[in-house]
Amino acid sequence: MLRYALKRLLSLVLSLAVASVVIFAVIEVAPGDPASFMLGVNAQADTLAALRAELGLDVSKIERYFNWVGGMLAGDFGTSYTYRTPVSQMIADRLWVSLPLAIYALTLSTLIAFPAGLYAAARRGKPGDVAVMGATQLGIAVPNFWFAMMLVLVFAINLRWFNAGGFAGWENGLWTGLQSLTLPAIALALPQGAILARVMRSALLDILAEDFMRTARAKGLSRRQALWRHGVRNALIPVLTIIGLQFSFLLAGSIIIEQVFYLPGLGRLVFQAISARDLIVVESVVMLLVFAVIMVNFLVDLAYAAVDPRLRSRT
Amino acid sequence: MSRNLILGAALSSMVVLAALVSFVWTPHDHAALDIPAKLQPPNVQHWFGTDHFGRDMFSMIMVGARTSIAVALVAVGIGMALGVPLGLTAAARKGSWLDEVIMRGNDLVFAFPSLVIAILITAVFGAGAINAIIAIGIFNIPVFARITRGAALSLWEREFILAARVSGKGAARISAEHILPNVANLLIVQGTIQFSLGILAEAGLSYVGLGAQPPTPSWGRMLADAQTMVSFAPHLALIPGFAIIVTVLGLNLLGDGLRDWLDPRIRVARV
Repeated sequence: MLRYALKRLLSLVLSLAVASVVIFAVIEVAPGDPASFMLGVNAQADTLAALRAELGLDVSKIERYFNWVGGMLAGDFGTSYTYRTPVSQMIADRLWVSLPLAIYALTLSTLIAFPAGLYAAARRGKPGDVAVMGATQLGIAVPNFWFAMMLVLVFAINLRWFNAGGFAGWENGLWTGLQSLTLPAIALALPQGAILARVMRSALLDILAEDFMRTARAKGLSRRQALWRHGVRNALIPVLTIIGLQFSFLLAGSIIIEQVFYLPGLGRLVFQAISARDLIVVESVVMLLVFAVIMVNFLVDLAYAAVDPRLRSRT
Repeated sequence: MSRNLILGAALSSMVVLAALVSFVWTPHDHAALDIPAKLQPPNVQHWFGTDHFGRDMFSMIMVGARTSIAVALVAVGIGMALGVPLGLTAAARKGSWLDEVIMRGNDLVFAFPSLVIAILITAVFGAGAINAIIAIGIFNIPVFARITRGAALSLWEREFILAARVSGKGAARISAEHILPNVANLLIVQGTIQFSLGILAEAGLSYVGLGAQPPTPSWGRMLADAQTMVSFAPHLALIPGFAIIVTVLGLNLLGDGLRDWLDPRIRVARV
């Protein structure tokens, strides 16, 4: 197990290193000098030089790359070109919206998917199964930002149960904060829940065909008991993988959903930074998103190996 | 043939037909402004109503289908053109450093969801349909590489490949002549699914302004325009939304139907 964990850790570090080089290189290609962008066309040469030195732009590309990575490792993501505030501070503020949103959505999608998948698998081929599968097929086809707009139309504009957008802030209480995130989380959870329900169903159906399930039935367990005691537990492995993969889709999806609800999360930060050509912010946020995705997949892999020793020998 | 296949093929070909017909005919000029006739709900003259500039929504949906299909189709093409050879190579050189490099590279690209790639590209080169295609296309490469490798690996164990090797064919020739034709069905099915994901991705990118730019009509941007008017003109949001749903649903049903029809045994990763 330790050997496997070390091997995976090595490949994790390697992936992060390559990802950081790619992101840095892409942003380097961007035309224009941040310092002259900030000061405008009439800037004096010496002011420009001073600002470039202040931003750390006056050293070679390679040195800049290592300053960037070294800074991030120490928690310093650089200074925003437009706001002149530490990027780490901006990210930390926004993370309090984006991260709870992703977790809220993941929780909702799991809460929808488990019962739906279980129900469909238990009634394979019957009308209940067909109805659930039809609904999930539709759920996958619906764009989440469109669904979000429909939720706003019905629950915010017509019924006035929620605000149509904006974030009330956590300082006004947990409930107020959660309320602003509820419609966005439902919108994000729908397609993910639909996919997860399908995975849950097919994983359960695979398990139901196993010999040990027949044994469980033969020893006198009812269909339902066998499904609960032996089926669900074994089906969790593929379902966990998908949940891990979905985390990255949720993070990316929340970038778009934040636009629908005017939520001050990482997604809005990125779009504001793009239009202001505040590339250091784009660079650091993208790196953070990629880091999160790689990290979650690493943890899922480790969780597997802990659960299923057979997987440790496979690389 | 299953019900899925028939329904999927019908919905998909309806959308493709609408896109093709839009080259020669639309009920109105999709770009013609008619302010006095703005924000009309669906009626006899304007079947899908009009938008805030009085443009005919039916014509815009037809022309928008072109954008969606073109972006998704080229993106799938990029994914296949690069991903399939990579997957074939990795399988032919199973366990070698080349296999390892290709598969690790795949994992790395997977860590950049298409939206994140799009954000990076847009930050540098600006928004546009071409950049949306590249972003979705890059994300498609590892999908095709992975399923090609997976399917090819099991084929390499089969007797007919052994026979080909004994007859003196090299790995490249075996991959092209024997492996590729046997994974083609799988690729068609996965291609259909990636096509539908591409339609969704294009709509999302256009919605946040990273996709096709005005005046090119696009379903995603129609939805973005509709956002502030949805309370008093819901058809502005409903109609492009239904267009996306019908297209994606059609392609997904087609993919499922094709899978069962072409080979009941093959399994496709659809996440």
